[in-house]
Amino acid sequence: MKEMNKLFESELKVINIGLKSFKETLDEQHVYSVQVDWKPPLISDSTSFAVIRRYSDKITDANKEALKRILNSKPVLVGMGRAIDVIPGMKKNLLLHAGPPVTWDKMCGPMKGAVIGALIYEGFAKTFDEAEKLAASGEIEFSPCHEHAAVGPMAGIVSPSMPVFILENEEFGNKAFCTMNEGLGKVLRYGAYDESVIERLRWMENVLYPSLKKAIDKIGKIDLKNIIAQALHMGDEVHNRNRAATSLLYRTLAPEIVYQNEKENAISVLNFINSNDHFFLNLSMGVSKVSLDAARNIENSSIVIVMARNGTEFGIQLSGTGDKWFTGVSPIPEALYFTGYSKDDANPDIGDSSITETNGLGGFAIAASPAIVQFVGGSTNDAVNYTLKMYEITEAENNVYKIPYLNFRGTPTGIDVIKVIEKNILPFIDTGVAHKNAGIGQIGAGVLEAPADPFKNAFIGFANQFKKKSGEEENENK
Amino acid sequence: MVTGILKRGEYFDSVSLMLIAKKISELEIVLDSAAVMGTPENKSMLQTSGLLTDELQNAGDMDLMIAYKCNSQNESDLILQKINEFLKKSDETEKSSGSQNPSSIESAIKILPDANLVMISVAGKYAGDEAMKALQNGLNVMLFSDNVSIEKEIELKIFAKEKGLFVMGPDCGTAIINGVPLAFANVVNRGNIGIVAASGTGLQEVSCLISNSGCGISQAIGTGGRDVKKEVGGIMFLEGIKVLAEDKNTDVILLVSKPPADEVIIKIVELVNKIEKPIVGVFLNASIDLLKQNKINIAKTLEEGALLAVAYSQKKNIKDVISDLNKRESELKAIVEKESMKLNPEQKYLRALFSGGTFCDETQMFFQKMSEEVFSNTPVGTVKKLKDIWKSEKHTIVDLGDDDFTVGKPHPMIDYSTRNKRILAEAKDPETAVILLDIVLGYGSNMDPLSEIIPVIKEVKKLATQQKKHLPIICSVTGTDKDAQNRTMVATALKAEGVLVMESNAAASKLAKFLIEKKR
Repeated sequence: MKEMNKLFESELKVINIGLKSFKETLDEQHVYSVQVDWKPPLISDSTSFAVIRRYSDKITDANKEALKRILNSKPVLVGMGRAIDVIPGMKKNLLLHAGPPVTWDKMCGPMKGAVIGALIYEGFAKTFDEAEKLAASGEIEFSPCHEHAAVGPMAGIVSPSMPVFILENEEFGNKAFCTMNEGLGKVLRYGAYDESVIERLRWMENVLYPSLKKAIDKIGKIDLKNIIAQALHMGDEVHNRNRAATSLLYRTLAPEIVYQNEKENAISVLNFINSNDHFFLNLSMGVSKVSLDAARNIENSSIVIVMARNGTEFGIQLSGTGDKWFTGVSPIPEALYFTGYSKDDANPDIGDSSITETNGLGGFAIAASPAIVQFVGGSTNDAVNYTLKMYEITEAENNVYKIPYLNFRGTPTGIDVIKVIEKNILPFIDTGVAHKNAGIGQIGAGVLEAPADPFKNAFIGFANQFKKKSGEEENENK
Repeated sequence: MVTGILKRGEYFDSVSLMLIAKKISELEIVLDSAAVMGTPENKSMLQTSGLLTDELQNAGDMDLMIAYKCNSQNESDLILQKINEFLKKSDETEKSSGSQNPSSIESAIKILPDANLVMISVAGKYAGDEAMKALQNGLNVMLFSDNVSIEKEIELKIFAKEKGLFVMGPDCGTAIINGVPLAFANVVNRGNIGIVAASGTGLQEVSCLISNSGCGISQAIGTGGRDVKKEVGGIMFLEGIKVLAEDKNTDVILLVSKPPADEVIIKIVELVNKIEKPIVGVFLNASIDLLKQNKINIAKTLEEGALLAVAYSQKKNIKDVISDLNKRESELKAIVEKESMKLNPEQKYLRALFSGGTFCDETQMFFQKMSEEVFSNTPVGTVKKLKDIWKSEKHTIVDLGDDDFTVGKPHPMIDYSTRNKRILAEAKDPETAVILLDIVLGYGSNMDPLSEIIPVIKEVKKLATQQKKHLPIICSVTGTDKDAQNRTMVATALKAEGVLVMESNAAASKLAKFLIEKKR
């Protein structure tokens, strides 16, 4: 029997794309129907779409491979070390920063502040003026954390002497590095650089780092993927809420911190971790980084493996386009502001922490985190909807990170830039908001939709590779 | 002035507080504000900003402090009221679970895995791609959108035919599938008459006339007007006929179209000669030669087509249909006798203002080869093209639903304003002898047509009285009593205003023609 005749003999069930009134009419008649929230694609470059359609089989295969790598990654914490000793390409006059590449003159307030703080911390400068002059002199080099297997929240400054966590991807052997979280208030990552900030950094170097290192070395390795999976069941999305993950890590570390260290140091270290709900954040970023890096350089893959902001620009990288950055202007987040601050004070979005969303966590997993849903507009419903929407632009559902409320459905993982463009749905990111002036710190928290330009540019760049390829194929045929 | 509110023992997490603080600060009359828990740090912060009232001095860690600055006691009271609302709202919890409409056909299928039809009404340049996605997923398509390129239409229909799927449209406004009216359609009886139509209004008219005669529709398949043109070659029109021929609930097949291309007519004739079921065809303004000597019972008007189908459905004598229609003609002539006497000598011309395109074509069929010239914005046969579509000449028959009139506006079946203005303009013209209108009911159309049309009719009467003339208004109403607008109610209200309400556009057109002829 033809499908047409089958239609006549079954109950009519309709998918409606476009005028909502048609769906209302169907509802009135008690006909099952689903409304599609359709939007025109982000760009209407038909030649790019055509070439991508032509290679769609190859792209599908490549994306499957990318996701296999992301999902099968086994990130574990294996130790600690100094940046200069462990981070690839690190050198004495190099500072790593968040986001895509940026020069000193283009850096935003908080990033400049953090650079100054780091130069003072390193002993390269004594005063603000000295540090500023040095930063502008060209003697100091700047490079994105992401280009050195590292990630950093907010300004994301990593200087040579800073101690860092070492994460290893047991499945694929690649590594990632991240600093220890400083806590809230006046901190370097928000661009603060006064004496209290430098002092804390020194304490972290001299007390926190050796104590933790001893404990971790003794434990051997800590399965961070497991901690995140549990934390999602405990109300974290491990970007804006890390309370559960921090607690779980604390439980894992505490005994060895006590055994391996003098009592006073152990007390101060445990108190420091305990008082900072975001202590785990840097590690959740490191986990995401080490997992996504495993999917780098898969030819023909349109999966996004980096989303990062430097406070000036928002940049992304795709698996199939090598180390190329695709950028656009970084937006100011919609946020709830601490008393005394408003949107006028806010810096454009900044930090590598959107690597968590890239890995199916953070905003993509916000349905798992009812405690912070007010950031997204007030109701748990909104949060669930944000997560549901992200399934539209992702390649897979996570095999380990699951959301209890959605019947333990895996989090939406692996952003496909083609889906982003076709469906006109941009990734949803949880974020903290920095004051636009250096040294003031965090002034709020909120959410934002990633800007469209980086994705448009990436889509066109990706399509151009195929245009080049098909051009070469044609030439060969001649 | 500064007001401080202390809520003892009311703990709010910092996020809720920020939210409340944000709402308070958004009130225009608030000069400065804070909502924080009563910790020593927060108290000193309030102190610095001059918001720490005496009462708040006593706050403890677990007490909520709200403070705000404004200009007067009145304002302060108003703000307090708002704050209490905000606090209450933050208490209320959303209990319903998340619901997110899907953003693509693929995701919609996950939600409704046994979906069998996709209705598409997005902008034409995207609609074709969406339709192709639906077909690739094995789903039938109703493509309401217009401005889909003919190349795309052909591509879709060839692909659909291979897969045995429907593509109704592009520019398909009406269909009734499994008794469910889709887009612009009426609530009609179910029955044993199946329709294939390349004309939306035509489908509405015949389905309503059938239903109002006590019969019903099994399926009504729209194809979009371009399907029967040479380029598309009637792909879906022919598939529709085949499917109805096989459908066990269809005993009679009714075909409705503006004239198909000759090659399509030939294919239709070939096909129907193999079909056992009775077939009635309405091909408005088609040259009859090609249609001679085949199985199709050709009807001249939509009404005749509907009534022939009804006769087959009820197994009655076909000849009775023609004699009934002839009988009706004498009734119409009786009306004309009365009406024509009231007209002034200078009242000479018909002014027909349609919202349904097919009616415009059908009426022009009655006004071929008139002694005076006939004009239209969409001329057919001997009818000439209007120089200015906004201005009538002699006999004028216009389709106000044509693109020329609707750019940037809703269709005249929904928004009556353009036609209402035109009605008044015709009423003012001393040469207007009769105004002919259609009113189309059903889903998609205006839900309260009387509130749109009655005031205009009253205005026309007033104008006529002022000019000391009589101006007859003839109107057909397409719909059923099951439509939300209720046909009987609409017809009764129009009659009460002196409108000559006819059961079909064919009857209305004939009445108008008799009146003009009588006048001569």
